Amino acid sequence: MKKSVLLGTVAATAAFIGGAAMAAEGDTLKAVKARGELICGVNTGLVGFAAPDASGNWAGFDVAICKAVAAAVLGDPAKVKYVPTTGQTRFTALSSGEVDVLARNSTYTFSRDTDLKLDFIGVNYYDGQGFMVRKDLGVTSAKELDGATICIQTGTTTELNLADYFKANNMSYQPVNIDSNAEGEQQYMAGACDAYTTDASGLAATRAAFADPENHIILPEIISKEPLAPAVRHGDNNWGDIVRWTLNALIAAEEYGVTSANIEELATNSENPEVQRLLGASDDLGKMIGLDKDWAKNAIKASGNYGEIFAKTIGEETPIGLARGLNAQWTQGGLLYAPPFR
Amino acid sequence: MADISAPAATPFRLSMLLYDRRYRSMTIQVFVFILVMAFAWWLVGNTIQNLRVMGKDFDFGFLGQRAGYDIPSPPIPYTSDDTHLRATIVGLLNTVIVSVLGCIAATVLGITVGVARLSNNWLFARLMTIYVEMFRNIPLLLWILIVYAIFTEVLPPPNAYRGEDPAASMILFDNVALTNRYTAIPTLGMTNNPGDLDLGYRILINWAVIAFAVVLIGGWFLRKAVLANAQKVQDATGDRPVTWWKNLAIMTVPSLLLIWYFGLHLVPPELKGFNFAGGLNVQNGFVALWLALTLYTGAFIAEIVRAGILAVSKGQSEAAFALGLKPNWTMNLVILPQALRVIIPPLISQYLNLTKNSSLAIAVGYMDLRGTLGGTTLNQTGRELEAIVLMMLIYLALSLIISGAMNVYNNRVKLKER
Amino acid sequence: MSELHAQTVSFVRETMIPPAPPPTRQTGALRWLRENLFSGPVNTILTLLGLAIIWFLVSHFWDWFAHSVWNAASLAECRQIIAETWGEGARGACWAVIRERWNQYLFGFYPMELYFRPVMAFGFLMVALAPVLFSESLQIRRIVLIVSAVLTLVLMAMLGSPMVWLAFAAVVMIGAVVIAERHAPWLLIFSVLYPLLGIWLLWGGSLWPQIMVLASIGLGWLAWKLLVRVSPLLAMVAGVLVTLILWLVAVGPAAEDAQRLIPLAITAVDSDQFGGFLLSITIGVAGIALSLPLGIILALARRSDMFLVHTLAVTFIEFIRGVPLITLLFVASLLLNYFLPPGTNFDIILRVIIMVTIFAAAYMAEVIRGGLAALPRGQYEAADALGLDYWKAQRLIILPQALKISIPGIVSTFIGMFKDTTLVVFVGLFDPLKGVSDFVRANFAWKGVYWEPFIFVGAIFFIICFSMSRYSMFLERRLRREHR
Repeated sequence: MKKSVLLGTVAATAAFIGGAAMAAEGDTLKAVKARGELICGVNTGLVGFAAPDASGNWAGFDVAICKAVAAAVLGDPAKVKYVPTTGQTRFTALSSGEVDVLARNSTYTFSRDTDLKLDFIGVNYYDGQGFMVRKDLGVTSAKELDGATICIQTGTTTELNLADYFKANNMSYQPVNIDSNAEGEQQYMAGACDAYTTDASGLAATRAAFADPENHIILPEIISKEPLAPAVRHGDNNWGDIVRWTLNALIAAEEYGVTSANIEELATNSENPEVQRLLGASDDLGKMIGLDKDWAKNAIKASGNYGEIFAKTIGEETPIGLARGLNAQWTQGGLLYAPPFR
Repeated sequence: MADISAPAATPFRLSMLLYDRRYRSMTIQVFVFILVMAFAWWLVGNTIQNLRVMGKDFDFGFLGQRAGYDIPSPPIPYTSDDTHLRATIVGLLNTVIVSVLGCIAATVLGITVGVARLSNNWLFARLMTIYVEMFRNIPLLLWILIVYAIFTEVLPPPNAYRGEDPAASMILFDNVALTNRYTAIPTLGMTNNPGDLDLGYRILINWAVIAFAVVLIGGWFLRKAVLANAQKVQDATGDRPVTWWKNLAIMTVPSLLLIWYFGLHLVPPELKGFNFAGGLNVQNGFVALWLALTLYTGAFIAEIVRAGILAVSKGQSEAAFALGLKPNWTMNLVILPQALRVIIPPLISQYLNLTKNSSLAIAVGYMDLRGTLGGTTLNQTGRELEAIVLMMLIYLALSLIISGAMNVYNNRVKLKER
Repeated sequence: MSELHAQTVSFVRETMIPPAPPPTRQTGALRWLRENLFSGPVNTILTLLGLAIIWFLVSHFWDWFAHSVWNAASLAECRQIIAETWGEGARGACWAVIRERWNQYLFGFYPMELYFRPVMAFGFLMVALAPVLFSESLQIRRIVLIVSAVLTLVLMAMLGSPMVWLAFAAVVMIGAVVIAERHAPWLLIFSVLYPLLGIWLLWGGSLWPQIMVLASIGLGWLAWKLLVRVSPLLAMVAGVLVTLILWLVAVGPAAEDAQRLIPLAITAVDSDQFGGFLLSITIGVAGIALSLPLGIILALARRSDMFLVHTLAVTFIEFIRGVPLITLLFVASLLLNYFLPPGTNFDIILRVIIMVTIFAAAYMAEVIRGGLAALPRGQYEAADALGLDYWKAQRLIILPQALKISIPGIVSTFIGMFKDTTLVVFVGLFDPLKGVSDFVRANFAWKGVYWEPFIFVGAIFFIICFSMSRYSMFLERRLRREHR
């Protein structure tokens, strides 16, 4: 009796508040469709990747992935609920079914993929850990940082990489543990640490926001591989396929020159059979993953193809000013390589 | 009027379980027990089922794995090659250190401010009131962040001490350097180092520390013996022998001898490379947390002390004045001992609060229990169930130890009613 | 005799000489200074020390405050304005960030056109609290009611509330003022209904679930009424069961059907849109309202002479009081999903409220236990002598008195809890102190702004907590019945 009473009270209260979301287990696609809303786990605020503006609209590189998935599944990129997660709550939020997709610049690692029971669905940003120092420190290589004080965010893979790197090079350092990127910048700016280490994209973004970016340099050493990847729950392979192929569709769209501007036109008169399949003009690929014909078209229309998203949120035109680098198409010497749509 | 019949005569009926006072409490207890057990059963059952669904297990084996992360200035030797268990212990020690130091400082501050608020000095009493109200009514997290930010923004970086004409200079005869990373203080050096005692698990204690501890504890007992002897002489003859120089000698001479023997001296910190070395670098995260906890809890303790003093009836201080005691003697001999009885119980809960509040250390990057076990370890291993249960149990044990110890003290100062 | 005296003495003064003014050292400001600031060497040193502290603070922070910029689009622009106006290298406060983002500090992501709803809910809260907290002094109650009525209506109008809602609020608030003057106890009905109304105003959606919940409570009461003649115990069980079963089975579908028949809904707002002080106050008020009954039960259980009940209560209270709130919040965000049946998943704010309630209930139980212990034994004995059973004695004699003397303790528990709501940032909610500030700083325009948000948020916390603590001290004095 106690069980039903407690559950009932909880459920009744939850129903009151209108935040009830009973589902999660098994079929995520069905749950999302029934709910009419995709729940997406994002960062609590990381410039360029996910941050709300003054009127509360989320925008950023990770947010664009959420929008694309929502557009593919529900046909409307606005039907996303963003759940801000901290470094600590992110994986639990996913495994407990609180969020459907986790797009929170998380590094794809073996133990997370296996032991934590997550499924990373493909890399949306190839990153690596670097160091930023003041120019007047006279340091030109990370190898010269022996004995330095280094600001590091707790609870990230960067913390482990840092320890490994200094140990491997037989150097010592004093860590200054910080809680969020904003505090790391404050500490670094005040000179409370000689170097600030985090993903190179984060360093570039941080440096770009300084009043005097020319006085800070990012050291050439990249000490780790940080493939940032969206993740879904382990076990729901169909849902994993949907998110994976949505990302692939965005990448492929760039490769074939499909942009948000010309997509309607190409959908009707493209000569390229790959584009026809992708946009649902010839084969109905959507049926194979339980979506409708226009899934990829909607996903691309949401915020453009991979290149457009990159340019809009973190690219060279934005204050963050990241170059494509590894994140260019394979045809341009990068690592992005979408498998064929057929 | 009342008909008092022998209750034993009535045969037992089932309804008596509810309506008979003798059985009712039993019925209720059994009912409550069943409910609680069912609830626990339900929770455990759910947990097992959930773990199975997620494909996880309940296993503390992760504590034996390599931690892989570094902790700034650990109290016991620790490297990233050590296990998560050792990282947890380092975190626990850090929690204990900041809590103990915080409790001591907050008590001193609280008593000072509490007395000062009752001072006749209008300006000073008002200032203290402002301090108390400011700290009591604004969240602790804000104070921690502000104190830390002040350290970071106001103090100079270590390289300001560099060069021919440095922008900053060390204080206290070139012994202490305040920087925005840490406070570099001198360490004790020995010319005649007796070596370390190895307690196992890479925990070393210098023999000199043990020697000092033995000498001080021995001195304490010797002093007690001297005082007891003086009391005996006084009881017998009416004259109390002069003891102060004996006590002074007992407490200082052996220590001075040890200092001379070991060749104890201060080793001031020196700027080497990026940072100060040679001395001891006390992390600002620790100092900020400690200071914020002290100021915050001190404000609460000040109120407790003030209320305790006000609770002592006015006649007591009047009587003391009538006896010709000076104001500070009145405070020390008459008011405070009586006020202490009112002060101790709420003081215990302030100590507990301080210990629990130290879990906000993560905001300033001080790696306490919540930062290691409940932070990085949890994050790297993904063992949230185990880590949080363990963390709660440790905090609970800490709280029980503090309240246990303080209750023993409370029973000693409590008014013995006859 | 006096006549005789008059004749024998050669001179008698017939008029009083006017009193001479005291020496200058004994009058006015000088005397006050001497007595209060320089009465002795120690006092003089303390005064000088105090002056030094004040001088230090003013000299270090005054120019920063004096150079305030209210109009700028970004921190860089702020710095530029400061440099232009007060010269290169001048320091200054950039309050423009508050000017631009004040709404997020206060309301989080709550839809801007609906801001009037939380304001109204908050105004109604004051009305609901009036008969509970402000009944000690009619004067104060009148002032509180009138001031909150005026403030609520003015704020609602400023925030662009539709006329219908403004009229609704005006009716409720003015009605409350009138009723308070005539039949004050009737206000309690509003207090009891407030939770349902407040939830509806904050989260929106259909009003029918609330109505259905009320109806099911009414049916439960009916069942109790019908059966109470037969057996009070049976009636109690039946009443509770009817209510609960209706909650479980009927409320949801009935509310949906009713909604379909007669739509009675306002725009729904999701919990994840709550943030800033709205979040803090919601968690704080919900936590305290829910923890009060739980705390009473725990306190009674702890004082119970039944061994098992007592032990369980002590274990629970000491366990909760022995762990930091932050670990309980972690339980809410990380572990609650383990403890509930697979697939159960509900709102993080609700989970946080549950854990905060449990936390506050343990502290509340101790406060109320203090109140129970402070009652003279005679009250218990009198209740026994009247032949009242346990619940009647508690309900009619013990608890009313014990709760009344516990009010100051309850208020300070509330203050503590309200301050602790800032910790929700560690589970990814947007508290005003760190959560909102962090994402404001994640924006390019406001990167690097620290002190202004801290001061703004700290000032609001101070105003709320300070006024509550002052009021509770006032109550403490009013409620002190015995004389010392």
